[in-house]
This record gives sequence, C-alpha cells and structure tokens, in this order.
Amino acid sequence: MYKIESKDVNLYYGEHHALKNISLQMKANTVTALIGPSGCGKSTYLRLLNRMNDLIENVRIEGTVLIDNKDIYARGIKIDELRKKVGMVFQKPNPFPKTIFENVAYGLRVNGISNKSYIEERVTRSLQNAALWEEVKDKLKKSAFELSGGQQQRLCIARALAIEPSIVLMDEPASALDPISTAKIEELIYELKDKYTIVIVTHNMQQAARVSDRTAFFYIGEVVEYNDTKEIFTNPKNQRTQNYITGRFG
Amino acid sequence: MTKSINQQIAFWILRIMSSLVVLFLVLILGFIISKGIGVINWKFLTTMPEDGMTKGGIYPAIIGTFCLVGGSMLFAFPIGVMSGIFIHEYAPNGFFKRFVQLMTNNLAGVPSIVFGLFGMSLFVNKLHFGDSIIAGSLTLGLLVLPVVIRTTEEALKSVNDSFRLASYGLGASKLQTIWRVVLPIATPNIITGLILSIGRVSGETAPILFTVAAYYLPKLPTSMYDQVMALPYHLYVLSTSGTDIKASRDMAYGTALVLVAIVLIANLIANALRKFLSKKVKMN
Ligand SMILES: Nc1ncnc2c1ncn2[C@@H]1O[C@H](COP(=O)(O)OP(=O)(O)OP(=O)(O)O)[C@@H](O)[C@H]1O
Ligand SMILES: [Mg+2]
Repeated sequence: MYKIESKDVNLYYGEHHALKNISLQMKANTVTALIGPSGCGKSTYLRLLNRMNDLIENVRIEGTVLIDNKDIYARGIKIDELRKKVGMVFQKPNPFPKTIFENVAYGLRVNGISNKSYIEERVTRSLQNAALWEEVKDKLKKSAFELSGGQQQRLCIARALAIEPSIVLMDEPASALDPISTAKIEELIYELKDKYTIVIVTHNMQQAARVSDRTAFFYIGEVVEYNDTKEIFTNPKNQRTQNYITGRFG
Repeated sequence: MTKSINQQIAFWILRIMSSLVVLFLVLILGFIISKGIGVINWKFLTTMPEDGMTKGGIYPAIIGTFCLVGGSMLFAFPIGVMSGIFIHEYAPNGFFKRFVQLMTNNLAGVPSIVFGLFGMSLFVNKLHFGDSIIAGSLTLGLLVLPVVIRTTEEALKSVNDSFRLASYGLGASKLQTIWRVVLPIATPNIITGLILSIGRVSGETAPILFTVAAYYLPKLPTSMYDQVMALPYHLYVLSTSGTDIKASRDMAYGTALVLVAIVLIANLIANALRKFLSKKVKMN
C-alpha cells in the first residue's frame, strides 16, 4: 500500500538522540516535503531511507523502515540494490570530475552494465527526464565542471535517474542555486512525480508548498505534524508548526 | 598609515627571504654547472671509467643509479600506495590506524645510514642476497616508503567526501568508489610522492654503501644479484678516496652535474605527467 513506511524509528549518533519515534508513511508517486529548523533531523531521516547513515560511525538505529513492504534494515538486504532503488540528490551539486556522459553513465557502469547502446540510450533518456538534454546534447564529452551550478544539479538528478530508481531523495537540492535554476528544479520535481516517489528536504516554505503533496514538520528529532501540504500551510494543527511556517522561528 | 607601513615591512622581509632561497639555489646550480660542464660530453656519459677513475666516463654509475631508482620504486610504490589507501580508506579509526601512522612518521625520521645498516644485515646477510641491486633497491625502497605512504594519504584526504557519497548513493561498492572515483582524482597528487621519492633515492649514499654500491666496477649488471656503481657513491669516491683525487676532481663535478640533472629531469617529467593527469581526470 505505502511505498515508504517507517515505524517508531529512533536513531542515535553516539549518545545524541537524533530521531525520536518517527512514524511516517508515503504513497507511491507523491512528493513529500520535510521541513523544520536546522538540526532537527531532516537530513538524518532522509539518509535513513537509503542507508547512507551506515557510513557514519557510531550510529544506532531502532525501529523498522519498509520500502515496498520490505524491511530495508533486515539481515541479508543488499545495500547496493537498495541504493539503486532509492536514488539521492545532495544539497551541493557534486558531479564527478568526469565528462557529462560519464557522470550519467556511472551508476550503470558500477552496476555491471556494459552494453554500449543501452548505456547511450539510458544516458540520453535520463538527461531528457532531468530537463538538461537540450543544453548539453552537443557537449556530452565535455567536463561536467564546465556546466553552471544549476545545470550541474540537474546533471546530478539525471545521474540518479539513470539507474531507474523508484524513489528519489533530495536534500535541499536547490538551496545553492539562483532563482531561475531553482524554478527549473521545482518544475522538474513536479514532472518526475509521475514516475517516482520523491522525498525532499527544504528550508523554503514556498517551495514546499509548491512542489509537495504531503509535508512533515520536524522539530528537535520529532515529527510534530504530518499532513497534506495544503492542510499544513492553511490550517496547521500544532502551534509550533504554525510558528515555523509563518516564520516566527527557525 | 602605520598599518600600511607594517604591511610594507612584512612584505619586504618575506620577499627578501624567499629571494635568498632562490639565490642559494641558483648559486649551487651555477657552481656545479660551471665546474662540471667542462667534462660533460657524449663519451663521459657512455663509457667506462679508465685509469683509476681519473679518465673515461661514468656510464656504469648512471646505469647503476637507474637500476636502483627503478628497483626501489618497483618495490616502494605499490606497497606504499596500497598502504596509504588502506590506512586512509579502510582502517577504522582506532588504535591500529594511529599506531601505523605513528610508525610511518618515525620511520621517516630514521637517519639513512641506519637503513643502510639494517639493509646490510637483513638483505645482504640474512637473506643472502649479497651486495646486489636487489638488496640496495629494497633498502632504498624502505627508506622512501614513508614518503610514499604519507603523500598517498594526503592525496586521498584531499578528495572531497561528496564524491564518495555520490558514488555510494548510486549503489557503488567501496572498491568501485575508490577505484573509479577517488583514485583518479588523487593520482596527480600521488605522483608528487613519486617525484619526491625519486629525488631522494637517486641522491642517497648511506643506504647503498653496504648493500650494493661498488667502488670500481667497469661493467654493466646482468642480473639483480649483481653489484653496481651508483652516482652518489661514485661522487663520494672521486672526491675522497679515489686513486688520484686531484686528477679526478673535474670528473667529480661532472658526476655531480649528471646526478643533479637526472633528478631535475625526473622532476620535470613527473610534473608534466601530473599536469597531464589532472587535466585528463576532469575529462576522463
Ligand atoms: N554525522 C553526524 N554525527 C553526529 N551527529 C550528527 C551527525 N549528523 C547530524 N548529527 C546531529 O543530528 C542532528 C540532526 O542533524 P541533521 O543533519 O539531520 O539536521 P537537519 O534537519 O538536516 O539540519 P539542516 O537543516 O541544518 O540541514 C543534529 O543535532 C546534528 O548535530
Ligand atoms: Mg540537512
């Protein structure tokens, strides 16, 4: 029924209790925005979903996280398979120092795909899906570093899409970009919803309101309120949510 | 006002100091070139020494030094780079890692003559290699191992973690991430380790003294168990204990010039390689 489901998740960085009893459900082909003041655990929650927290030392996790009804923290789960299914886009654009083409092809190559025409087709399709194709189709062999910040971020989205994930996690994907690039990314997120389930962290309230179907308000490690985005922004149930979205703190 | 005067003074002091460094470098080079250039010719570079090393060339010493540089790099470079990768990318933060790092640092501070003694007792005597290219190469290799390990570690440290995260996020394994993303970015800087090591190895006398260097051996090695002559030791012999020190003085300067030239050329080549690779890494 749900695409992503976390039940009573607690996460500790050493002694620090960073996520407290988080239970959230997300349906397929929806966009969920995670909002809340700095340090409240949004990125931590996002990294929970593709097990990126595993790379950090001294992390302890309790509770269950289900994706497609499978416990992703169960024994015997292949992490690389999980990360293929759950793509991630980071806050700062971080293309590899490789060509534009090789950046997008990277995920395919490390997953053992070597069929040249298939790779070419996937790279093209991914760049189209990331709304970047028209801008780069004549310079696929150029370094990714020659692109603008906004183009680099769309390249990173294309790179994530190339391995055909069903979920895309985005951690403040537009916070380092100018307004026009930001608008492009937002438009893109809206389009991607047809094919993907998207979870996006953002500090920008308008952005959350514009792109998301559901919004979760995090506050010091807890989810204070989780509801339809419209509800959260027009009729917040909790005083702290209201204070936050109206800019009274955070 | 006083601030800008202070600025001026600081600027000039720093500028004078750095000019002094350049001045000394130029002086040393100029001295060696002016003294040594006279004996340099094709024959000097390509023939055996003659007449108790007062005439002829230094061909076997050049070849010997090449053998030792090559041999020691063959040994130190793969081991050093792999250790560096292990320490930086794999070893968990903890006692073992800190211990290895401490040991590498200490190893780097051990005087080279001690390496010579150690090499003699282990490679020459215990392992019965005798005075040989292999014994000398292993000794020199040990000497530069810390340099290679440290520069590899530094090179890896300078690779931004965001590249690693991006790679893991796409389902790559640790090995794939290191091999396909981290190492290509780090390689130009790892080459710096190679440059430093080559410079160090080609100039060292003490470690080869008891392990490989021949006083006078007018023929080329045929296997790695042969002794060879080597430029730094030949230079030492010519200027302190040759058959006729006065008569071989010019040859000593010539030898010094060749040695310096080899190190400089190695640096230039490695630098060009590094530039080429760092340009290529962006394109891949
Ligand atoms: N690697 C880590 N090691 C230890 N503590 C961490 C680590 N990462 C995050 N934390 C702590 O966990 C809490 C949640 O951090 P997180 O990065 O998830 O916040 P966030 O909501 O994404 O904040 P921001 O909006 O500033 O990005 C913070 O108190 C932070 O200090
Ligand atoms: Mg964050």
